[in-house]
Amino acid sequence: MTKDDCKKLVIDIISDIAPDEDLSAIKPDVRLRDQLQLDSMDFLDIVMELRKRHGIEVPEADYTHLASLESCAEYLTPKFPTPKA
Amino acid sequence: MKDSHYDVAIIGAGMSGLAAGIRLAHFGRKVCIFERHNTPGGLNSFYSFDGRKYDVGLHAMTNYVAPGVKGTPLGKLLRQLRIEREEFALCPQKQSRIAFRDCSLKFTNDFAVLDAEVAARFPQQADGWRALVQAVRTYDDVSLDAKPVSARQIVGRHITDPLLTDMLFCPVMYYGSAQEHDMEFGQFVIMFKALFLEGFARPLEGVRVIIRVLLEKFRQAGGERRMKCGVTRIIEEQGRAARLVLDNGEEVTAGHVISSIGFAETMNLCEPPQVQAAEENTGALSFVETISVFNRRPAEWGWGDDTIVFFNDSDRFEYARAQEQVDLRSGVICLPNNFNYGGADLPEGIFRVTCLANYDRWAHLPEETYQADKQRWFAAATHSARRFLPTVEDAVLAEAQIATDMFTPRTIRKFTGHLNGAIYGSPHKIRNGRTHLANLYLCGTDQGFLGIVGAMLSGISMANYHVLQGSAGKTA
Repeated sequence: MTKDDCKKLVIDIISDIAPDEDLSAIKPDVRLRDQLQLDSMDFLDIVMELRKRHGIEVPEADYTHLASLESCAEYLTPKFPTPKA
Repeated sequence: MKDSHYDVAIIGAGMSGLAAGIRLAHFGRKVCIFERHNTPGGLNSFYSFDGRKYDVGLHAMTNYVAPGVKGTPLGKLLRQLRIEREEFALCPQKQSRIAFRDCSLKFTNDFAVLDAEVAARFPQQADGWRALVQAVRTYDDVSLDAKPVSARQIVGRHITDPLLTDMLFCPVMYYGSAQEHDMEFGQFVIMFKALFLEGFARPLEGVRVIIRVLLEKFRQAGGERRMKCGVTRIIEEQGRAARLVLDNGEEVTAGHVISSIGFAETMNLCEPPQVQAAEENTGALSFVETISVFNRRPAEWGWGDDTIVFFNDSDRFEYARAQEQVDLRSGVICLPNNFNYGGADLPEGIFRVTCLANYDRWAHLPEETYQADKQRWFAAATHSARRFLPTVEDAVLAEAQIATDMFTPRTIRKFTGHLNGAIYGSPHKIRNGRTHLANLYLCGTDQGFLGIVGAMLSGISMANYHVLQGSAGKTA
């Protein structure tokens, strides 16, 4: 799992949660909230979809790591299991 | 016993119960909705009678915003339930009116229309009106722990003309207030936004379209639904809802129980009973509704413009339990033909009238008297309402009329279980949904988000707040 793969998974989730948002030009280092209309209900859904789809747990204290696409990738990538060669 | 435990049991397959169920099933909870009737929808259901399809309560879905408008209840609801906007097939209204004896205010799904109407009819109130709209826009109406304040008091700070005050309260109260004479400001804000800042829409085929979408989502998400199988008792053990007894005597257990059937109605199921809490929180406001079906379009009589008309003929608008069986002084007209269906139309003309009614005066009548009274009040209510539409001769309407139906407070009690036929439930709302039992929560009418969009958001909020959010961050 590379950081780019991870970003793609996060974008997949957001596109299912908020199909009415244009995700084609997201700036990775800008807060998601500042470029998309996402409220706290939507962020909760990102957390729950991460668990549902990928078995990844994000404790409430870590929600701040989900602020931007870049910080998501930074925080989430190591949480994906490393494939065994 | 092996199949009778659920993570979450939901009582009632209305809008709020279905929405809660979709959320919970989507996130992997084992959830079952128990519904006493054979038709889902609760207060917003549908039925067939003499080969014709009718909607139960729905005049219009409120909270309508055009595609692309974000951050409003409709958008939140669609996102939370993973519903595509097109699935609801919403068609916007043409226009609606608040029609009082000597003054009329038109409004549409474009707030500028009402804004201009108020400015033109009430120039002295222009500043106050602007301030009120600002107060509404900035109020946090979805807060789950807001302190209740009187809407009369807050509106009175901005609007001093009693006529304008009454004209604003009339539609807002009719479309959701469980309280007589006044309402809680948070509730006023929810309805003001839902009606005026957002607007009205309806699927061509009515409320069944919306229910069908919800049922399908719930099924796809893996939710279980048991129809004709209500919950008859909630048995308490150690401060928790330990077991549910079903209508057929079967018992089930659940980690969480969400009840959409109303606060008093839920308390009445509890064992040990919560008689006092139930009695103190029973609503008093009920309604009658007449439905006239015509073999012509209302537009042929000059009734083609208005979608909804909120009317009142008295010096002051009084929103209270009717003294007689029906209060004819005010009411709501709905002409479901007058939505923009994009070229299509309903197969027949429909004219609905809603008026305040008195449950006690309908509840215990012998069948013969009940039927006779229904006929009498049907005629009286439709006559009263027609004063606010272009004049059409009685004979012309009678000749075109091919079917009628009417529901009374007694009908509401029978089909929804709401005590006193009080469709808007108790005046006292419990925003956070908590009850005296740690794992029993309310959603729907008595949680306090209003309208059908509000009802669905209520189910979503309670599922999130009490079940999903609590565990979102925890390690499994």
